[in-house]
Amino acid sequence: MEFFSDDFTDGNALAGPLREIFAVDMTEATGRCVSCGDEGPVAGMKVYAHAPGLVARCPSCQQVLMRLVRGPGSAWLDLRGTMSLRIPMPAE
Amino acid sequence: MLTAGPTLRVPTDTWEFVIVTEAGQRHRWDWKQLMALPSERPTVDLHCVTKWSKLQTRWQGVSLDVLFEGVDTAADYAMVHSYGGYTTNLPYEDLLNGQAWIVHQFDGEDLTPEHGGPARLLVPHLYLWKSAKWVRGITLMDEDEPGFWESAGYHDYGDPWREQRYQGD
Ligand SMILES: [Zn+2]
Repeated sequence: MEFFSDDFTDGNALAGPLREIFAVDMTEATGRCVSCGDEGPVAGMKVYAHAPGLVARCPSCQQVLMRLVRGPGSAWLDLRGTMSLRIPMPAE
Repeated sequence: MLTAGPTLRVPTDTWEFVIVTEAGQRHRWDWKQLMALPSERPTVDLHCVTKWSKLQTRWQGVSLDVLFEGVDTAADYAMVHSYGGYTTNLPYEDLLNGQAWIVHQFDGEDLTPEHGGPARLLVPHLYLWKSAKWVRGITLMDEDEPGFWESAGYHDYGDPWREQRYQGD
């Protein structure tokens, strides 16, 4: 049965699903982990695919930073493991 | 493809399974004690939220009816806890009456870590995310609370026959 594996990708797998919600490329944003305080780019998260959901974990402490579930008419984004996201923006 | 994190390797000599009632009473089994309980060999169909089903899978394990025999509770809900922090919630009654097992063998072999071994919950009448891998305990609750996926859009109950995949289905 092939429903379990250790396969994960990096946070670039979040680019499309997050762009749909935020309309900017979020993988360049910098997140801070609630659990260990480490900071790093979204693209550096460890992403486990549990279709129809994605789990992004902290590369330092393995705690869950983000859950993203895409249903047919809604998306759910759970960021409780992320203290903050610093998102690069064009200068005003 | 169906995993919320890295595969966990839990040695049986430190493994434990703990039921905590809504009153805080603890009932604990170590691996030897679990193995000494009467076991069953359910053959069941599995239903994944991604729409595939796997028919006639063969398991061996201990019915939760056996584990809850001496547990004094009037709780309506249960939270299943796994090694590694995964949780999933379901009504207490869905764990009883021959509907759920703590399984430690699949297809005649010891359950591998990739499959959730040494032991996982098997609750085949609900979507497979409810059948928590690397199970370590169950907390009984008066009020329902969402687990790992149920708090992020997955359906609270997850009945495959009613296609309850997402909140609102
Ligand atoms: Zn961390």
